[in-house]
Amino acid sequence: MNSRIIPLLGFLALVVLLVVGLNIADRKTNLPSPLIDKPAPEFDLQVLARPDEKVSKESLLGKPYLVNFWGSWCVTCRAEHPVVTQLAKLNKVYIVGMNFRDETADAVAWLKRWGNPYDISLSDFDGRVSIDFGVYAAPETFLVDPSGTIVFKHLGQLTWEVVENEILPRVEKMESGS
Amino acid sequence: MNPFRIIVLIMALALSVSVSAQLAPVQEPMKFDNPQQEERFNHLTRELRCLVCQNQNLADSDAQLAHDLRAEVHEMLIAGKSDDEIKQFMVDRYGDFVLYRPPVQENTFLLWLAPMVLLLGGAIILRVIIKKRTALLASAPDDETGDRTA
Repeated sequence: MNSRIIPLLGFLALVVLLVVGLNIADRKTNLPSPLIDKPAPEFDLQVLARPDEKVSKESLLGKPYLVNFWGSWCVTCRAEHPVVTQLAKLNKVYIVGMNFRDETADAVAWLKRWGNPYDISLSDFDGRVSIDFGVYAAPETFLVDPSGTIVFKHLGQLTWEVVENEILPRVEKMESGS
Repeated sequence: MNPFRIIVLIMALALSVSVSAQLAPVQEPMKFDNPQQEERFNHLTRELRCLVCQNQNLADSDAQLAHDLRAEVHEMLIAGKSDDEIKQFMVDRYGDFVLYRPPVQENTFLLWLAPMVLLLGGAIILRVIIKKRTALLASAPDDETGDRTA
């Protein structure tokens, strides 16, 4: 009796392990960022299409803001664009468009064509700042609190569910806290 | 041509294709101060994962991010950073996942310990079985037709 049950239990344990493993593998695209609850990386970037103007992390301190990494080459950014636009219309959080590894002309044309939801657009030509933010896919979105700390990160296409369940509650909390 | 020759020819072709694919350089030429530095660069880019194609390392991947991160590794090497500092730079940004060889720490304890535990468990089970069988054999009657009693 025992000798029959033990291999069966072993097999079932293996099945459980594989199912759990496959589920984890499924979520591996959504890796936790080591940057959550850490100070946002320093940056001092040129404003898109305005080479004389620069915006740094310091100049954005004091209010919560969203950093949205995008590029005109990124198909998913186009898909997420309506959600960013809808969020911008609410006027509840300052949105920084981080245009990275892109050509200025392409980026400007993209914003003209689809509409510009950003309060400010910055140019990260060589992607240095995107590396400091640990961006490895586009789009990626970070929520930064008034003290300059990253409190939330979303990888991939922003959906309205994420805006409603993750971003807006955090922004409201920051606002009521200060 | 007989079928055997055709098969051999196909296999030879397949082999040559895969060999040339492996030799094709993905990386842009880079300058190093000395051969040791180049050796360290090659070692590091093999140990670091490309986050875009997650089953490739930085050395093999042709993704834009891999290009940029290779350039970053190269720059840090030239600037005299140690291997650990370079790895830490990557981990700070991308998490432990960027390392192909995960560090021994709290959340990877099971990963590192499990094989040893399994091996030990197997050894114990094996020992128990062998002991049982030996005891069984010793108590078995010489007569092959006789019933065995444990």
